[in-house]
Amino acid sequence: MNDVTPIRTKVENALLSRFPQIKASLPGDASIRDLRDDAFTTFQQSGLPHRRIEAWHYTDLRSLLRDAPELAVVPPSHVIQRAAEHGSALDQVQATRLVMVNGFYNANISSFGLPAGVTVKDMHSALGQSEPLVSSHLGAATTTPDPLIALNTAFMNGGVIVSVAPHTKLELPLELRFITETLDAIAMTPRVLVIVGEGAEVTLLESHQGPDGVSYQTNAVVEIFGASHSHIEHLRLSAGGNYAVDLSTLAVNLQQEAVFHSLHCITTPGLARHQVFASLQGEGIAFDVDGVALLSGTQHVDTTLAIDHAAPGCTSRELFKTVLDAQSTGVFQGRIMVKQIAQQTDGKMMSQAVLLSDDARMNNKPELEIFADDVVCGHGATCGALDDDLLFYLMARGLPRLEAEALMLAAFVGEAFEKIRHDGMRDVFTEIAATWLKSRSTMTKQA
Amino acid sequence: MLEIRNLHVSIEDKKILNGLTLTVHDGEVAAIMGPNGSGKSTLSYVIAGKPDYEVLDGEILLDGQNVLELEAHERAAAGLFLAFQYPLEIPGVATMSFLKAAMNSQRKIRGEDEMATADFMKAVRGAADSLGIPQDMLRRGLNVGFSGGEKKRMEILQMALLAPNFCILDETDSGLDIDALKVVSEGVNALRDPKRAFLVITHYQRLLNYIVPDTVHVMAHGQVVKSGGKELALELEATGYADYKTLAA
Repeated sequence: MNDVTPIRTKVENALLSRFPQIKASLPGDASIRDLRDDAFTTFQQSGLPHRRIEAWHYTDLRSLLRDAPELAVVPPSHVIQRAAEHGSALDQVQATRLVMVNGFYNANISSFGLPAGVTVKDMHSALGQSEPLVSSHLGAATTTPDPLIALNTAFMNGGVIVSVAPHTKLELPLELRFITETLDAIAMTPRVLVIVGEGAEVTLLESHQGPDGVSYQTNAVVEIFGASHSHIEHLRLSAGGNYAVDLSTLAVNLQQEAVFHSLHCITTPGLARHQVFASLQGEGIAFDVDGVALLSGTQHVDTTLAIDHAAPGCTSRELFKTVLDAQSTGVFQGRIMVKQIAQQTDGKMMSQAVLLSDDARMNNKPELEIFADDVVCGHGATCGALDDDLLFYLMARGLPRLEAEALMLAAFVGEAFEKIRHDGMRDVFTEIAATWLKSRSTMTKQA
Repeated sequence: MLEIRNLHVSIEDKKILNGLTLTVHDGEVAAIMGPNGSGKSTLSYVIAGKPDYEVLDGEILLDGQNVLELEAHERAAAGLFLAFQYPLEIPGVATMSFLKAAMNSQRKIRGEDEMATADFMKAVRGAADSLGIPQDMLRRGLNVGFSGGEKKRMEILQMALLAPNFCILDETDSGLDIDALKVVSEGVNALRDPKRAFLVITHYQRLLNYIVPDTVHVMAHGQVVKSGGKELALELEATGYADYKTLAA
């Protein structure tokens, strides 16, 4: 049908010529090689997603991606050592940490010893060793065709597999800490599988950090499988470098009566897209996904959700808060799909944005696709400036304008943080927001 | 002492205040009365520093300092306080955190040390008790879900804690039943002090039975058109504003 040959961009050409050159060096047995080839063929046909594709209308990756840096390699020990020296906002929370350096899992700088019921495997070696969890789970969390997942699958060469045995109740959170330690631009394609057994309870933290001034790129795919009656809280912090490209897919597959909450908070990377594809496969699932984005400079940050209600009696709640300063751009796309079988679905989605500058821009696109007749579904989107009357009220009590704004913005994003179940992490995110608000006042004063 | 001299103010090219002149001395309670649209609320906002208004001429001096050169928060730190006619609801901002932020910000602007938490808590509890404000209200979002009376009491609580030297009460009686009016008035009366002055803006004489003024000023068409003692309020209650609506026209 499509006999128009699109003109390839520099990045597309680089990716297209790279795969045949390096595919022999990527880990994987015959079945993985097939998987990679299929994924690459998909990418070959579609190229990078662009604005004529509806899901990418506001984030035209074809024009936003300027370079295709070399694929990261397993880092040598001095790089690991430097990476281990970095602190993180999450350090104040006691956790079992699994550390990835430039996408590759490193047991030496990860927590010593794992809690009972938890097994961890290095994805890099698992891919090459016909690991049963790979063949049973990799790519199985979502059926949504997606160019980022395809690119990750073609090039995947890092990450980790975490499995939590049924009925394990983890006392401490498990943290997946991604540290980028590089002076040159590199591309990373880690793949993570988290398999949570029946009735198990897990708090999963995911943090991303890296150097400023380096245009490194991450295209991570995290697949989470929650068996029936599992309780999972997934808290993600994207705080990479100011030139970083942070592309991220969270694919969630849940079974009966599972309880799932995810919040992702994004502060620093220059260009980011966080996609959440959720498949609610069993009855009575409670699914919540929230997000907070604090944007300044020329940041472009996109959150795209697709929640698939494929079973009756599930609830889903989505609350997204975006604060946009300077010339930043925000995108929220949320789609709740309710299949015909999914009667008694209860879904509510809300995206709220505050624009602090005339040059900031927000694109909100909530959608509902409902094929069942007995459902309660709603969505809303707001976009506006802070209320001048409220600001005056606070100023009339002695607060300077920026402090008054900070108080209101902290309350604005606080509504999403309130939903975090892990007390320590709620404090961590609240502090991250407070620090961002404070830096904003210093920057404005200097300007 | 607050001195307003020949104040001309407009909003969106509409002239509201036309050469208003008024002096309120330390320790004095001055009442401003006047018909709807005479510019009473505009006067309170202009003194407090609301940015929407354009001051065309004149000056406002607080203890000799021209407050028109200050931003709203600096005026507050200099000792001005406006009790709002309609206090705003700020969801997610706990009343207690707001009070602490406001008090410490004013102290910082004045070059004073922050208040110790224990002293702050003690001060808030004391003031809340005397106004009949339950502790759980202080933990809730500022004014969120409060009744009209509770919001006005919260304004007086803020006034008591911030200890300003010039207080403006903008139609504090609006939306209050008799009992709430008494509580609020008692709160205000307890703050009367030889060093503190009040400007009480109201439509009705009723409030002035509880907060008894030293002087009464009648506003019409953006000016003070008549001044007198507290008996002037009673006179207005009997005659209405009809005479004043034409006086300045």
